[in-house]
Amino acid sequence: MAEMMNRLDPMSRAASRGMSDLAIRNLFVIPTIAFLIIFNIFPLIYSLGYSFTDFRASSSAPANFIGLQNYRDLLADPFIWSNFTITAKYVIVSVTGQVLVGFGLALLLNRSFPLKGLVTTLLLLPMMLSMAVVGLFWKLLYDPNFGMINYALGLGNFEWLSDPGIALYAVALTDIWMWSPFVMLLSLAGLSAVPKHLYEAASIDRAGRFYVFFRITLPLVAPILLIAIIFRTMEAFKTFDLAFVMTSQPTTELISIRLYKMAFQEWQTGKSCALAYIVLIMVLTITNIYVKYLNKAKER
Amino acid sequence: MAEIRLENIQKYFGAVHVIREVNLTIKDREFCVLLGPSGCGKTTTLRAIAGLEEIDEGRILIDGKPVQDLHASDRDIAFVFQLYALYPHLTVFENLAFPLRATRMPDAGVRKSVTSVAEAIGITHLLKLRPSALSGGDMQRVAIGRALVRRPKALLMDEPIGALDAKLREQMRVELKRLHLENGSTSIYVTHDQVEAMSLADTVVVMHDGVLQQVGSPSEVYLRPANLFVAQFIGSPVMNIADAQFRQEAGRSSVVLHGEAFEIPSQALTMIASKPAKDIALGIRPEGVVLSHAESPGAHQVGVHLIQPYGPFDIVDLTVGTSTLRARTASGFVSGKGQRVWASLDASQAHFFDKATGASLGFRLE
Repeated sequence: MAEMMNRLDPMSRAASRGMSDLAIRNLFVIPTIAFLIIFNIFPLIYSLGYSFTDFRASSSAPANFIGLQNYRDLLADPFIWSNFTITAKYVIVSVTGQVLVGFGLALLLNRSFPLKGLVTTLLLLPMMLSMAVVGLFWKLLYDPNFGMINYALGLGNFEWLSDPGIALYAVALTDIWMWSPFVMLLSLAGLSAVPKHLYEAASIDRAGRFYVFFRITLPLVAPILLIAIIFRTMEAFKTFDLAFVMTSQPTTELISIRLYKMAFQEWQTGKSCALAYIVLIMVLTITNIYVKYLNKAKER
Repeated sequence: MAEIRLENIQKYFGAVHVIREVNLTIKDREFCVLLGPSGCGKTTTLRAIAGLEEIDEGRILIDGKPVQDLHASDRDIAFVFQLYALYPHLTVFENLAFPLRATRMPDAGVRKSVTSVAEAIGITHLLKLRPSALSGGDMQRVAIGRALVRRPKALLMDEPIGALDAKLREQMRVELKRLHLENGSTSIYVTHDQVEAMSLADTVVVMHDGVLQQVGSPSEVYLRPANLFVAQFIGSPVMNIADAQFRQEAGRSSVVLHGEAFEIPSQALTMIASKPAKDIALGIRPEGVVLSHAESPGAHQVGVHLIQPYGPFDIVDLTVGTSTLRARTASGFVSGKGQRVWASLDASQAHFFDKATGASLGFRLE
């Protein structure tokens, strides 16, 4: 009887398990959702409203509804398009570089050798640093007068960050250095999930190294590699701090830097909200294309 | 088509000696089964022949050519894995085509070879599916098809039907035998299932603790087991083994098992006396223990302890002295526990072993 009472009493059951579902909800889930609403959802909706007005946060004038005027202006502005082109170049160079370097490192690490754990951890270090810190010390490394890179490569006074044609790629290179480990980490997980007996079967089937790589390794790692690419594309698309800290060339004005200037230097709050929405829609579109490929790859 | 020869193969996993001085010749077109309990080294031996495992000493010769230092892909051997090892992202057709495309066969040839193999193993209707959509039996058919499609010198199989259910296993066994008869490729097959071994093999190789115990035809290993291990491993239910003392009195010779005397021909005693062995173990399969309801000369009255009906026959455990003796009878021959019957030994089915070495004394009574 006592046992049955115990079973019916939710408090005693919860006590035996540590914490009740109710307590977990109140302690963890509700605060999380509250913060999410206050700092993400609310501004998202609020800024959508602003994007249809001529509101300026610097003036006390009330916001006037101007319909799609902001969007029309932005999409017709050739300077904005050049910002987008710069961003696209940056995304392509940096994500491609990260995938090549990261996947290459993963292939090298996907075997047992002494101190493998230590080497892997050391390789992951760049990813754990702050963007601004990385930006600052790469700026020092790139310095034409006393930078380590010119010294090591014997390039003399090569201008990495002040040459308008090079600066964007110099920033992308830093991004590659910082985020290749992320691609490497995911690729390593993907590579170690390929069953060993498939490689044995392939060697019995007389497949050469390249054939095995392109017909077995790559297709089987593809889904997880795509996830890495999705993450990196999204991040690269909205890169701000790295480029902002390292250089201020017109050729390195990524869309998020333009957005920052528009919002907090020119105080065109309404217009910048509209631009933010255009960026959001673009990122979502690109991500959606990847996700579609991902689902196709996962079907197998 | 190939002859495979193993010479003095030694293999260690760390300190464990998994293959001990194995010498074996598998003739061209032979179906050879490596049989033994788990951990006896049979799979390691097979993988060593395929080149998936390196050996520490010895030579592996295919058609007289040493291959122990060659990579698996250079040995021209096909291998069927226990868990199929199909390429999960490729269709059945592409799985079958893989070994051909890997060696850059032109498309038309690939199509032709794949279609003909798919027909031979009856999977034409599955060609467009991916492995995840197949049943276990079909996956194994595809795995076998992939092995056969490039007409390899030899076909190695590692418990290929071990993961299937009993009925499917029986069906696949017949199919494998038929395929071997049609293709005639030298085959080496690993299993722990003696029924599979007996029904498929031209030659059975019994392994235990990394050592070859006996190499012979299925009937040889069944009728003339070389030692106690083979005697007890082959045959189901297991052979009765008992310490035996031999007696001769009043012109009748008998063998004493578990304290009870059974008559045997005096010829046996002369044969045993001529051997150096001191202590003898007698082995007799259940079908060599003859039961009758009426007293007969040389028989011994014993009690029935346990009956296991198998359908076509019953296996009956008899209490003999302090132990049991297992007999095979017509089904329903004894009615129940505690019944008393007369048991005698069919001397022509008796095996004699040297207890000290386990080796067979090497003779049977006619």
